[in-house]
Amino acid sequence: MLTKLTGGRVYDPAHGIDGKVQDIYIRDGRIVDAPTDGKINEEIDLRGKVVMAGAIDMHTHIGGGKVNIARTMLPEDHAADVVARTELMRSGCGHAAPSTLTAGYRYAEMGYTAGFEPAILPINARQAHMEMHDTPIIDKGGYVMLGSDDFLLRMMAANNDQESINNYVAWTMTHSQAIGVKVVNPGGINAFKFNQRKLDLDEQNKYYGVTPRDILMRLAQAVNELGVPHPLHVHGCNLGVPGNLGTTIDTMEGINGLPMHMTHIQFHSYGTEGDFKFSSGAAEIAESINKNKNITVDVGQILFGQTVTASGDNMRQFAGSPHSHPNKWVCMDIECDAGCGVVPFKYKDQSYVNALQWMIGLEVFLMVDDPWRIFLTTDHPNGAPFTSYPHLIRLLMDKTFRNDVLSTLHPEAQKASHLASLEREYSLYEIAIMTRAGAAKLVGLADRGHLGVGGAADITVYTDHVDREKMFSKPDYVFKDGTMVVKDGELINVTWGTTHVVKPDYDISIEKALKPYFDRYHTQKMGNFKMSNDEIVDDGRGSLTIQPLHKGGAL
Amino acid sequence: MTESTEAKIWQEVASPFCGIASDDLTIKVEGNTVTVQENGDAITKKGFETPISDTQARIQGKEVSLEQAISHATDLLRNSKQPVIAGLATDLNGARSAMALADKSRATIDHLHSKAAFRNILVLQDTGWMNTTLTEVRNRVDLLVVVGSDIEVGFPRFFERMVWNEESMFGQEIESREVVYLGKTPSGDASTSPKGKKAQIIACDDADLPEVISVLRALLKGKTIQADQVGGIPVSQLATLADRLQQAKYSVVTWSASMLDFDHAEVTVQNVCEMVKELNAETRSSGLPLGGKDGDTTANQVSAWQAGYPMRTNFSRGYPDYDPYLSDTNRMLADDEVDTLIWVSSFDIDQTPPPSTAKTVVLGRSGMRFEQEPDVFIPVGTPGIDHEGRAFRTDSVVSVPLRKLRDSGLPSTFEVLSAIEKSL
Repeated sequence: MLTKLTGGRVYDPAHGIDGKVQDIYIRDGRIVDAPTDGKINEEIDLRGKVVMAGAIDMHTHIGGGKVNIARTMLPEDHAADVVARTELMRSGCGHAAPSTLTAGYRYAEMGYTAGFEPAILPINARQAHMEMHDTPIIDKGGYVMLGSDDFLLRMMAANNDQESINNYVAWTMTHSQAIGVKVVNPGGINAFKFNQRKLDLDEQNKYYGVTPRDILMRLAQAVNELGVPHPLHVHGCNLGVPGNLGTTIDTMEGINGLPMHMTHIQFHSYGTEGDFKFSSGAAEIAESINKNKNITVDVGQILFGQTVTASGDNMRQFAGSPHSHPNKWVCMDIECDAGCGVVPFKYKDQSYVNALQWMIGLEVFLMVDDPWRIFLTTDHPNGAPFTSYPHLIRLLMDKTFRNDVLSTLHPEAQKASHLASLEREYSLYEIAIMTRAGAAKLVGLADRGHLGVGGAADITVYTDHVDREKMFSKPDYVFKDGTMVVKDGELINVTWGTTHVVKPDYDISIEKALKPYFDRYHTQKMGNFKMSNDEIVDDGRGSLTIQPLHKGGAL
Repeated sequence: MTESTEAKIWQEVASPFCGIASDDLTIKVEGNTVTVQENGDAITKKGFETPISDTQARIQGKEVSLEQAISHATDLLRNSKQPVIAGLATDLNGARSAMALADKSRATIDHLHSKAAFRNILVLQDTGWMNTTLTEVRNRVDLLVVVGSDIEVGFPRFFERMVWNEESMFGQEIESREVVYLGKTPSGDASTSPKGKKAQIIACDDADLPEVISVLRALLKGKTIQADQVGGIPVSQLATLADRLQQAKYSVVTWSASMLDFDHAEVTVQNVCEMVKELNAETRSSGLPLGGKDGDTTANQVSAWQAGYPMRTNFSRGYPDYDPYLSDTNRMLADDEVDTLIWVSSFDIDQTPPPSTAKTVVLGRSGMRFEQEPDVFIPVGTPGIDHEGRAFRTDSVVSVPLRKLRDSGLPSTFEVLSAIEKSL
């Protein structure tokens, strides 16, 4: 079965293709060369259409304990967006904390073909993968959270060598089925259990004497030395605290040039100037990102309306709980491993702080020069639900629209931002970098995010509408592994994507330390903690794709 | 988990029968006979050792093939105007297949322990909580307050594993831990420390517990209490407890919702949870709801991620419609609102469906006895004995892999419900 996609205008930044009209051939789920015998089974006319690889959300909370707490605690939020069953689709609910099934359908309907859960607790990995297993169409995977787990902190307090830390990181990635490593408020979740209420970059954990800076350095080094393509994924210290931009810059510049990804940077770019003691640090942050080529960021843009914040950072979520809307929230300490906090929140356009948060996110987008190092996220659902991406794309691509929205926001906030003077409009090519080629490269997906021969046939086709929100809301076609899953913005097929992981080598000797640790202190045995490959395959719908490590990666 | 093939001795086996899901059991399997050799207790022994008796499906008491039973169940469901899928005592994939079937057949879903579970879920949905998990308790608790519950009856190994364990990761002297019972008096000595230190008991009747908790919370908020005693407890004794909670570095307040068996117990749970939140203004304190029996955590988790809502969700309008009161299936059955009941109970032969006028299909553990023979009975395998599976623990965080220990030939709930869904 050979399908020809004829005459589309192709944006494939991985191959430097910027709007060139060319044909694409698909066979057995892959992009192939034009057939030498010219035989085509099916031809789809894409003349005049815009063609990109399927989009990749590199940071979206789609599975795991805290997401499911958010779902359970928000019946009133679901009620406005319940989704009926059809011949093809299961029923469910959407909006801030959508059901897994609805999330998969809606991602696909928007032209997304992969999403990565950024905060898999090792002890909760089994659940995160169960939920992603029930998320249709899109590929998935996740970053395993380390940095507040007692095993690592004990190793660091005992001054273990880097090799043994690398070994532990590789072991944890393997047995929690991860593609990257995340650190959230480094050491802070652990410090909160000892009743510390803040932990700055050089502040010591009361019990271990370890600082966030030490943790970042050890983990960034481990990820780099193991050859894991995705750089250490960092949710920094002091999320949401006015004046945190200094710590953020210090974090980026203090990592000594190691690859590091700073996530939802918007929440970490705040100054303390002005009457409200809350100001934009976007210019300084962007300058630092532009200067430090080892750094990548995603924005965590906020958009106005009701949502829910779900984070591993229970220290900061507890501090933010008085702002919960509606007034209910959950914080948990979890298994000497991590923690979580779930706080519903409503961003209001007439709030000075929320309006400025909106501006700060957009300022960062527009002031960071290199689209290969910045990624489009709302930190779903923390800044806004992922379904608002088309709106966000329009804000980036259409200055007039952006400034129209800006002019309706809190007037004092408008005065505190230079956003109106920023001329930049993202091009389709740059959007394709941020949401496809760059994202695939960042996550470490060798065969996704591009349209070259041999790549997976994850392809999205749009009508080039001047209203970019309209354009990106309803693709003409979406192909997932070569199967047409969306036509005219409607789902026509339900498929099940793969789970992307890496499997860095580790020395089994690490289990000599881990087994007694589990036996003595944990309430689950080490053998039962490990998630097998079979659990990913599960009832047969799932599959595991092992992505390559960087060359030279070793213990 | 390791298997010693010759002796058929299984080690590090996880128990799906109790919500704390101990996974250090040693189990011997000879043919279809299962024996807990190490780390068993009354609940795990019954769970693992209940023998297989009937293996044949029945329609109105008459033995039939599995295919005939599935076909008959499908017919009942097809002709039903108000089906209910309840019990839901099963594992991950059993719950998944029940959700898929409920969605397709427009049924209402519920779990046999929902009455207890909703005393917690309603609190989560109204105000939330600050909770902890078992390993944190094991390593950090310095003051454990047990509210209105005799927890060793339902969770026999709780104290052994989480309170009187040999050592804490943080060098805490285990013997220095303190246990206070507020409300019920414990039936046994599980809460007594290894060196013989007894738990403090501040007893009151269930009926007085709401007031006692309110006064304790008020004291913690610095309010002046006019009364000298509440529910027979001197207020000064509660003031001392309040003081200890404030002094503690990591107190844990636990309860088993099934034992808070009085009207609107959720309001008392809410008062406990709000009190814990308030304690965290200065020190650390956490709640720990104990439940998770017969797969109730698993059922609520799967339902939440697939539909957005926990149990007591109705699919009759084609989409999930959540109502913890109207869709209480015990109420629906008692009020004759149900014409077809699919009852899933794969862990415990004593968990049979409530009496009703509905046509009833039971997917039950082999050996189940009925006062009223169901229209269809399909003996199914028990997860973690007859087939592999996964089950959530009480804390909704940790899930354990369940292994197939013997080859009984009994179908899984997933297989049966999936077959019904396909033929529907």
